[in-house]
Amino acid sequence: MSTPVLRTEDITRIYRTGAVEVQALRGVTMELSEGEMVVLLGASGSGKSTLLNILGALDLPTSGRVFFRDTELTRATDRELTRFRREHVGFVFQFYNLMPALTARENVGLVTEISEDPMRPEEALERVGLGHRLDHFPAELSGGEQQRVAIARAIAKRPELLLCDEPTGALDSATGISVLEALCEVNRDLGTATALITHNAGIQAIAHRVIHIADGQIAREEINATRLDPKDITW
Amino acid sequence: MVSALDRKALRDLLRLWAQVLAIGGVLACGVMVLVLGSGTRASLEASRAAYYERQRFAEIFADATRVPETLLPEIAAIPGVARLSPSIRTSAVIDLPGVSEPVSADVRSLPVSGRDPVLNAPLLRAGRMPDPLHPDEVALYAPFAEARGLMPGDRLSAVIEGQRRSLTVTGHVLSPEYIYTIGPGSMMPDDARFGVLWIGQDAAAAATDMNGAFNSLALQLARDAVAPAVISALDRLLAPYGGTGAHDRSDQISHAFLQSELEQLGAMALILPPIFLTVSAFLVNMVLSRLIALERAQIGLLKAVGYTTGAIATHYLKLAAGIALIGTVVGWGAGWYLGAAMTRMYADFFRLPWLIYAPSAWPFVLSALLALLTTLSGAGRAVWASVRLPPAVAMSPPAPPVYRRGLIDGLGAWAHLQQTTMMILRAITRWPGRAAVTVFGVAASVSVLIASFFTYDAIDLMVDEIFTRANRQNVTLILASARNESALDDARALPGVIRAEGAFVLPVRLRNANREELSSLTAHPEHSELSRLIDDKGRQVQLPDHGLVLPEGLAGKLGLAPGDMVTVEALAPPRETWAVPLTATIRQTLGQDAHIAAPALFGLMRQTPQVNQINLQVDATQMDALNAAVKSTPAIAGIADWTRTRSQFTATIEENLSISTVIYSALGMLITLGVVYNAARIRLSERVHELASLRVLGFSRGEVAWVLVGELMLLTLIGLPVGWAGGYGFAALVVQGFSTDVVALPLVVNRQTFAYASLIVLATALAAALVVRRRLDRIDIVQALKARD
Repeated sequence: MSTPVLRTEDITRIYRTGAVEVQALRGVTMELSEGEMVVLLGASGSGKSTLLNILGALDLPTSGRVFFRDTELTRATDRELTRFRREHVGFVFQFYNLMPALTARENVGLVTEISEDPMRPEEALERVGLGHRLDHFPAELSGGEQQRVAIARAIAKRPELLLCDEPTGALDSATGISVLEALCEVNRDLGTATALITHNAGIQAIAHRVIHIADGQIAREEINATRLDPKDITW
Repeated sequence: MVSALDRKALRDLLRLWAQVLAIGGVLACGVMVLVLGSGTRASLEASRAAYYERQRFAEIFADATRVPETLLPEIAAIPGVARLSPSIRTSAVIDLPGVSEPVSADVRSLPVSGRDPVLNAPLLRAGRMPDPLHPDEVALYAPFAEARGLMPGDRLSAVIEGQRRSLTVTGHVLSPEYIYTIGPGSMMPDDARFGVLWIGQDAAAAATDMNGAFNSLALQLARDAVAPAVISALDRLLAPYGGTGAHDRSDQISHAFLQSELEQLGAMALILPPIFLTVSAFLVNMVLSRLIALERAQIGLLKAVGYTTGAIATHYLKLAAGIALIGTVVGWGAGWYLGAAMTRMYADFFRLPWLIYAPSAWPFVLSALLALLTTLSGAGRAVWASVRLPPAVAMSPPAPPVYRRGLIDGLGAWAHLQQTTMMILRAITRWPGRAAVTVFGVAASVSVLIASFFTYDAIDLMVDEIFTRANRQNVTLILASARNESALDDARALPGVIRAEGAFVLPVRLRNANREELSSLTAHPEHSELSRLIDDKGRQVQLPDHGLVLPEGLAGKLGLAPGDMVTVEALAPPRETWAVPLTATIRQTLGQDAHIAAPALFGLMRQTPQVNQINLQVDATQMDALNAAVKSTPAIAGIADWTRTRSQFTATIEENLSISTVIYSALGMLITLGVVYNAARIRLSERVHELASLRVLGFSRGEVAWVLVGELMLLTLIGLPVGWAGGYGFAALVVQGFSTDVVALPLVVNRQTFAYASLIVLATALAAALVVRRRLDRIDIVQALKARD
């Protein structure tokens, strides 16, 4: 493990809805390095999604600082944050967030068209095992296939950072494992720093490092001496 | 006690206020035009009917040279004649102190008895009627008296039948024959330049040498009378006395103008509202479909807890009814306000003794019912599709839209389109009905704007044709009687005259088989430079050596094509009937008279050439001197000043057009605003998840907005040419509606008009889409991704 790609310094996040204040994060300091696969594990409502949103510049912390390499994201303009997401981050969500009006190939093309040095959409889809489903619309694909299209879309731009929010949350175990395999392959072959959040404790075995989140704080961190292959984990 | 569901309906209306207003605005336009058009029409019609009734406006009119009163019993005996009113009618040139230009006037006689005429009784507005025993007393047409500041007791000097007379004004009157008054050779009312004098019968008879005779006759018909039969019988009786052809109200100038105005108002109330109502129905359907889609789970829940399908359907229909209510109330208010304003404007044109804005109730009731029907029918399908779902199905999220491969894919691959552009194209082809609504709305806007703006093109062409190409004279002298061509030498001797050309105008009846039209036949001299005939390309038409040239409109009415024979019956001496070939038709925007070469006409008449009008080209600096000379020349019965007519014509037209252009532009823009704004809001609501995903993928706000704004602008662009075609069709309808026997509006739409209408609609659509874009910019990405429909 080498240079940190992303690091946070004591970030907090408070949501105000009317008179109610909810403190989602209470001082989180962490980093993510090149080639690293980190699993953020926590119960629902623990603040892990908020953390991921801030890591991906979808949201800004109430206090604290976030750095992408030497650039402080917490000082960046909206335009700069957009460019950061466009050039450096790939997202994978629980509900895929594919464009229903575009085919698998076109959904990937959506990202490659605006990237500097992307893979060909076909190459990204082959990498996740969907070389034979290029011209299908999302409605014509299974959940696992849709999630793999989302992964292909996330990696096609060769991002430095891959952020996955419950990527297997809506899938059965067999399909979920195939999705995790795709993520691990990308992490290994492309060296993409990957953060994956889940409440499924079995998944932690595939990570280099596991960060346990509870009540908006890092409860503890563990480093896996031996990583398991996704097909060997207990779901 | 307001039920919970009703409170929800009310809150929905408030929450959706922008969309509700956008639809309500379009709906209000339809309601407004209906109320405005029929309200103004009803007010005018009621005022006219009461006026006609009270002043006994005649139904048949006839003029002749000199008819002995002994013929009256024979006329009264024509079956169908209920009442008759003979009078003497002539013209005068009035000389007012300090006024250089001559003022012309109609002179009408009042019965010897001192009582009102049996028919066409003038209505006294100030002072008193002239005493029949005092031949120098005169009542004046009130608008003329007011324009010239002539009060009862004032004196004026007039040349009647070549004799100068000094007259004392006794009063101001209005007349049902002069609700709309245009002088000879004029195109518009000009109260300062044309008046009407009412003098006693004896005075009129003395001036015109009509003792024991009359030259004008008005008839009222019995209830079961057949007008054409009465007209034929009357024509037969009057023919030996120089009858120029009897006619009904449709050929009475004042009545014809007012009637055509009423028909225009009726047409407006008939053509425009359906456009607005249809657009609103589609909009209500679009908005409610979306609202119901969003509330699918709530509908399922309501059903699960025991609400009936009927109760839920009623709830959404109430929402639609709420929109109808808003549109109706706003439309009523605007229609009432503009109706009153328009009625006031009419009061300047149409001299009715009273013009009260009193719209009847039915346009209000009808427009409210139509608005309700429109929104309910728009809502119906959306409501029905969703309330019939079983509760369990309704509570689960709807199936995602299914896209299929099609023509678009070929296009995308061929043109290397961006994926965001593909999203736009797929959305359009996936919901073609919704795209069609936007296209239809945009097209309707463009049509309304073109139909409004093209009138400027038509008027420009008319002005150019009438005043620059066809009539190059700046003055036309109307002679008291026909003279031989030596009169032209006298005219050339008048001050300031550069060129003089004669013309001879003969009242005729043109006949083809069983169709006939009253017209006047103008004989033009050879090589005429001043008064010219123009074809539809604006080129001068050389009059053929023989045969007749007719305006297209008149030829159409008679069912004639070049080469056909026309029967021409001269209604003035020599009172002969000739068969003449129609050699050509021309486009003629002003007047519907027939033309013939002077040698050809005088050949038919077997007479030496004569003139009864003289067209002059005059040095503008010498106009005062010319006017003074004309006033002292009794042989000249009237003078038409084309320069003044032109400036007056353009001023009046532009004033009227600018008001209607503003109104129609607003209406046109409102449709676009309503359609595009609602389409954008719905698209945004449906795609907020997708659009937020694009932001996550690193698309900038502008790139994401393209998916939304681009779709709407593309649909707008598709709507433009549809609107051009529709606008041209509308313009054709307007031309039909606005053309009268005096003025034929040409159907011409300039490129600039298409361009202006398109630009206004494009800008409005863009503005509406950008308002929604601001909403898009403010969307919280994280929240949008969390919220699943």
